[in-house]
Amino acid sequence: MTAAIEVEGISKVFRLFRERPSSIKQRLLSGRMRAEDFWALRDIAFEVEEGSSLGLIGHNGSGKTTLLKCIAGILRPTSGVIRYRGRVAALLELGAGFHPELTGRENVYLNASFLGLSRKDTDRVFDDIVGFAELEDFMDNQVKFYSSGMLVRLGFAVAVHVDPDILLIDEVLAVGDEAFQAKCLNRIQRFQAEGRTIVLVTHALDTVREVCDRAVMLDHGRIHALGLPDDVVREMRYVLLGVTDPGFVPEEGTREAEIASVELIRASGRGDGPVLRDDPLTIQIDVRTNEPVADLDVDFAIMDGATNHPIVADRTSTHGIQIARFDGKKRARFQIPAFPYAAGKYWVTIGLSSRENGHLYHVQTQRYLFEVIEVPRVQEPIDIAVQAEVEDL
Amino acid sequence: MNVTERTSESLRLHPGRRIRELFAHREILLNLVRKELKVKYTASVLGAIWSILNPIVFLAVFTFVVKILGNATPHYPVFLLSGLLAWNLFSVAVGNGTRSVIDNGNLVKKVAFPREILPLSVVGVALVDFVLQSAVLLLFMLVSGYGFHLAALVLYPLSFVTLMVFTTALVFWVSALNVRYRDVQHLIGLALLVWFWMTPIVYPAGLVQDKLTDAGAPWSPHLWTLYLLNPLTPIVSGFQRALYWVVTPVVDGQPVAVLPQVSVAWLVGVIGAVLLGSLVLLLGAWRLFFRLSADFAEEL
Repeated sequence: MTAAIEVEGISKVFRLFRERPSSIKQRLLSGRMRAEDFWALRDIAFEVEEGSSLGLIGHNGSGKTTLLKCIAGILRPTSGVIRYRGRVAALLELGAGFHPELTGRENVYLNASFLGLSRKDTDRVFDDIVGFAELEDFMDNQVKFYSSGMLVRLGFAVAVHVDPDILLIDEVLAVGDEAFQAKCLNRIQRFQAEGRTIVLVTHALDTVREVCDRAVMLDHGRIHALGLPDDVVREMRYVLLGVTDPGFVPEEGTREAEIASVELIRASGRGDGPVLRDDPLTIQIDVRTNEPVADLDVDFAIMDGATNHPIVADRTSTHGIQIARFDGKKRARFQIPAFPYAAGKYWVTIGLSSRENGHLYHVQTQRYLFEVIEVPRVQEPIDIAVQAEVEDL
Repeated sequence: MNVTERTSESLRLHPGRRIRELFAHREILLNLVRKELKVKYTASVLGAIWSILNPIVFLAVFTFVVKILGNATPHYPVFLLSGLLAWNLFSVAVGNGTRSVIDNGNLVKKVAFPREILPLSVVGVALVDFVLQSAVLLLFMLVSGYGFHLAALVLYPLSFVTLMVFTTALVFWVSALNVRYRDVQHLIGLALLVWFWMTPIVYPAGLVQDKLTDAGAPWSPHLWTLYLLNPLTPIVSGFQRALYWVVTPVVDGQPVAVLPQVSVAWLVGVIGAVLLGSLVLLLGAWRLFFRLSADFAEEL
């Protein structure tokens, strides 16, 4: 597979002026202008495979649209390189160039030319556009007589008839009623089936999970998370809402034995609050059986929230603990004497399985979360083998 | 598939390649011109007739006024319009072109397309008006039996091309600068007013030539040269020579100085030089516009 879009180390700095000097006089009087640098994007790098779809998510002001504009060529990055193969169409606004005094028909041709369609192309798809917008009876009316819903439909109808290799879509799906949105989603899936590459900026996290192959989450101009949509969206929900979302946790297993509760016990002995770096951490798992089980193996894995890479994993059986046939409740504890990883969020996966045949009783994938913070502390003097020497020069 | 690369480097203008790019986007240019014309005359009953009405009223008023008040210049309406239409093309394009980028801020911020199209569309609109109004003038000359002088008519295409190149160069320049310094649009308004009276449009250039060269002072011929340094003077004189063509019409047995007393060949040479200079200016202005246009979306 080749990359349709390569983004290498893109940064974008906006100069923010308290009051922008827009005349020569102001510029002369103010001498050196007071401007602040605002880093809208910092060192962004990722690739989009040909024919795949990437979701760009992040809270307002995280730099999603700036990034899209850099890829589209509307903004010039401050540093870095963007490379892409083929023709690009950027849908940053529906109905770009629409003029209220022109008729629907004239606006379709005007708008289509901005999206890279020739007159001939537009002639060919014109009926489709009108049909899609459901505005057959209004094409010869001036659009100033259109309702806002009609305008949006017309703008979208033109937009979905573009014919690029790469499609950049900003937030335009978030318009129209539910039926229309379903139609738009449908259309995007058709674009995917046709093998086009799509970059989608949206706040609709469910759309990302439904449509995209990969997702990137931006936060204050940096990549906060990058990976499979489910993982990135979960991270996004956590950042946005500050909660883990149980509805999101894939659970599997046959539930002969199940996870009754899990506690991540911090150094303070409590089950909540931040974990300091190098603090001890205990993962305490209460197990309950619904029917007697022949044997049990309890395991856990900790994933780095930023990369979704497993960093610690262990199971009771590797410690020689054999849990024989039982019915009732048991408590397992994994004690990490000092959690050595850097500040960040960590997700914990818990599993119950059979040691004998690997049968899964119950697995909760990345259901539990703790956050590591770094606190500056006084450095204690320690013995370091220092060597000394003197030589003549 | 061709690979496109975007970096922080400001791109160098390669005119040939850029013209091909602009040609690929010609649809936008045509649609924008069409839109401007439509919007200008929409919801008006007479539509484009208004555009034609302008020179018709001029012709009527001046024919009438000259009849009553008398005027030293015979066939004054033909003289006036042959220069005025060229000036209108220039001043409308430059005046409206100054704001062409900032007036389309929303497009610039949301759509990627060659930014040159915005000032070019303004030139295009002015050109359409010029063609319509010129048709009226030609019709008037045919109907009134004014007559044409074929040898002088050669100047028409040359003057026209020079006017277009010069106008486009200036529009590129001022529209790009106006994005950063809004002073430009005010300055242009004043400059056009002064420029209009520095150019022989309502008054005959021959009169200026007479006054300056006969003044007797040793430096007055240089003043005439200085007067000709205004690039619009040779261009407008070219249009007048092509259409009005009578250099010194005879009124009541007396020759009247109307057009500059120079040969057609001399005018061809001077306008040719202006054309060359305008081409150099166009290249420079285009280069500036191209370089600044990379950041238009940010500046607006």
